[in-house]
Amino acid sequence: MSNVSPINRRDFIKLSATTGIGLVIGFHLPFKSLLAIERIETPQFFTPNVWLSIDQSGIATVTVSRCEMGQKIWTSLPMIVAEELEADWSRVRVTQGDFNRSAYGSQTTGGSASIRTSYDNLRKAGAVAREMLIAAAAEIWDVPASSCRAENSTVMHVSSQKKLDYGELVETASRLKVPGEVPLKDPENFKIIGKSIKSVDAETRVDGSAIFGYDFQLPGVLIAAVEHCPVFGGKVKQFDDTVAKLVPGVKHVVQIKSGVAVVADNTWASLQGRKALKITWDEGSNAHLSSEEISRTIRENSRDRGTVIRDDGKPQKVLTGTENKHKAVYELPYLDHAPMEPLNCTADVRDDSCEIWVSTQRPSRAHRAGMEITGLPAKSVKVHIQLMGGAFGRRLYNDYVWDAVEISKILRVPVKVIRTRDEDLQHGFYRPASYHKVRGSLDTKGYPNVWIHRISGSCPYEGLLTMGAAEMPYAIPNVQVDYVTSDITIPVGAWRSVSHTQNAFVNECFIDELAEIAGKDPYRFRRDLLQEHPRLLGVLDLAAKKAGWGKQRNGHYQGIAVHASFHSYAAVVSEVSVDTKGNLNIDKIICAIDCGTVVNPDGVKSQMEGGVVLALTAALYGAITFKNGRVQQSNYHNYKLLKMKNMPRVETFIVPSTKSPTGVGEVLVPPTPPALINAISAATGKRIRKLPIRTGDYGFSFR
Amino acid sequence: MAKITLTINGQKTVLDQDPDMPLLWLLRDSLNLTGTKYSCGMGICGACTVHVDGELTKSCITSLSEVNGSKIITIEGLSKDNVHPLQKAWQEQEVSQCGYCQPGQIMTAAALLANNPNPSDKAIDETMSSVLCRCGTYQRIRSAIHLAASGGGK
Repeated sequence: MSNVSPINRRDFIKLSATTGIGLVIGFHLPFKSLLAIERIETPQFFTPNVWLSIDQSGIATVTVSRCEMGQKIWTSLPMIVAEELEADWSRVRVTQGDFNRSAYGSQTTGGSASIRTSYDNLRKAGAVAREMLIAAAAEIWDVPASSCRAENSTVMHVSSQKKLDYGELVETASRLKVPGEVPLKDPENFKIIGKSIKSVDAETRVDGSAIFGYDFQLPGVLIAAVEHCPVFGGKVKQFDDTVAKLVPGVKHVVQIKSGVAVVADNTWASLQGRKALKITWDEGSNAHLSSEEISRTIRENSRDRGTVIRDDGKPQKVLTGTENKHKAVYELPYLDHAPMEPLNCTADVRDDSCEIWVSTQRPSRAHRAGMEITGLPAKSVKVHIQLMGGAFGRRLYNDYVWDAVEISKILRVPVKVIRTRDEDLQHGFYRPASYHKVRGSLDTKGYPNVWIHRISGSCPYEGLLTMGAAEMPYAIPNVQVDYVTSDITIPVGAWRSVSHTQNAFVNECFIDELAEIAGKDPYRFRRDLLQEHPRLLGVLDLAAKKAGWGKQRNGHYQGIAVHASFHSYAAVVSEVSVDTKGNLNIDKIICAIDCGTVVNPDGVKSQMEGGVVLALTAALYGAITFKNGRVQQSNYHNYKLLKMKNMPRVETFIVPSTKSPTGVGEVLVPPTPPALINAISAATGKRIRKLPIRTGDYGFSFR
Repeated sequence: MAKITLTINGQKTVLDQDPDMPLLWLLRDSLNLTGTKYSCGMGICGACTVHVDGELTKSCITSLSEVNGSKIITIEGLSKDNVHPLQKAWQEQEVSQCGYCQPGQIMTAAALLANNPNPSDKAIDETMSSVLCRCGTYQRIRSAIHLAASGGGK
């Protein structure tokens, strides 16, 4: 596709209305209306998702209902439609759908779900359109539809070689009845799916023209910077805004539920005004909370038996009767998402409407915020989904939307709430901290016969603690996994790959320790125990083969890890080296994924690379800590990100598959840190069980 | 307030502005040049990087008084029709994920190539480590710089 920039729905409608193409004459498929009897000019759907529109020039516009954050769904989702449509890819355009639950169903973008949950429906959407265009041509030529076929946005009558462009078929096709059942293409004939197609919006990322939420400007919008209580759960006791109001450009200072907002006619004034506020806080019950206390709490909680989520055989009894035992404790910190684009939201609340423009992964919650704050009915609240400058789970939580809507409701002017980096980092929904106690034993042949894993986490939610724990894949006859929650009130949330991050770390480090005790090669040890899991074996073997497992040069050491998440499978081999001064270098990361059918291979590879970098960053530096109820990190100098100079070579490999497509975005995050830790153990003999890696504790440093 | 004179992307601009305001906010709020990004506000992440008289400058910590009279190039002014070899190479290598940091990355790489037309990996690492990317595009950035330097991506 050349020079395509996604246009928002509003522009699209405007464009359509003025040019007389598209919505007016175009032909529209509410694609879950496959069973629908009627078609509608204004989309009104039953359980729909995305729709397709073809105009009289033959341009097909695909609406993406999920949210773009760098995972390239603006390209990969339209590819699926275009494949079945038999469209000429250069004549496909993309538009971002607004929030519309009744039209699209869920628009929540997370859980590595966009492709796997849309694939079948998007194929049908394209196939229905294709069949109707063929039927339209057949009607015009008065020939059987079976004598025609579609290709490159044209329909051809095979025997006579007559051709009609899709654009020429729009009017006829739009009068036809939508078929109920349509054939789907044989994947062997795919021309678009499986190709590394360039991103439709790549050019907008290299010339500054991509508009992220932070860049979105409504005419007459005021900019609001909000000071939130530095302690979670605290409230404003009183504030003095005298100095803030003297800042030129500051128009209003308003107290809202979450803090105090300084509203100005430009960003700089709002930031200066915010700095000038004098606020006394009622810091509430978290005023003395510290990381030490949280660590102590979850450590103490781990003494209690938790909720059992897997119980095979008789682990306690067998453990007692086995000689070759091992136990370990793993500790993982709170993490913040820290996307490069800080949180922001524009809201325009009027007497009878509320419009919201927001970079969000969960537009439904933004919509709910609009309804709850304004009291307006659902149809009066519009959410326009904006491009996200990274998200990693953070934008599933719409706290910043509440601020924007509340301020605009009070002032009755359009308001853009912007967060500064410190506000962004210190008011997050963090990955919870966790403490894991693991025990195991080896039978007389040196294979594990017991696995006991207790998770104790700093939050009340199972989902943020247990993913991938009960699913520990190794063939071990006696297994128990349980978890203990706590009522610590630091906000927590889904961080890319959620609790797979903690449990893959535990599973893959502990199995490595058992292999070491058994005196077995860690790759072969895993292989022997994964015979029932062919797809895990597939990625394990591919990564090991590509990494040249066991054939590394002198002074180089390897570590391996494998983990299933989001219905996909990934393995990582990390290679490190130690120089003569004892400095350790992370040389390369070789990784393999099995995610079923691949829509855009290069897109998959870029997500793999991204997952590896995010995971390495966490392993090397990531920790959010608390003192006096406050987050101690404030910016990228004390919440560090991996830099170019620390970047190892990453090689990515994909297992060929014709199975249904499964998750990609998060799948490389879980196995990367344990592969690194296992490599460091091979190099230094030190077992690191606490992240981030505090090299000083282990007597080495990174080069 | 003070009279500030700047030549931005070749256009002379005279504005009455707070001389303490960082250049970033003038570009974004007053001139609608939103390709230059805010992310850290402390000169750590490089998302706001522009060229001031040819020098790499973090616009989030550079006040208007410091740049008065200067020539400034932002991502929007790097080339006409996106023909800069780096802009081509960036697309060729599919570098961008979310893309938020990429204007800063490209402006930094452009200054690197202007001084060192064929940089080694080490030189790339040194210069490019001043710009952070959370999506993890570093490997492709390195390839794209090499591609642009070799005359590819044109």
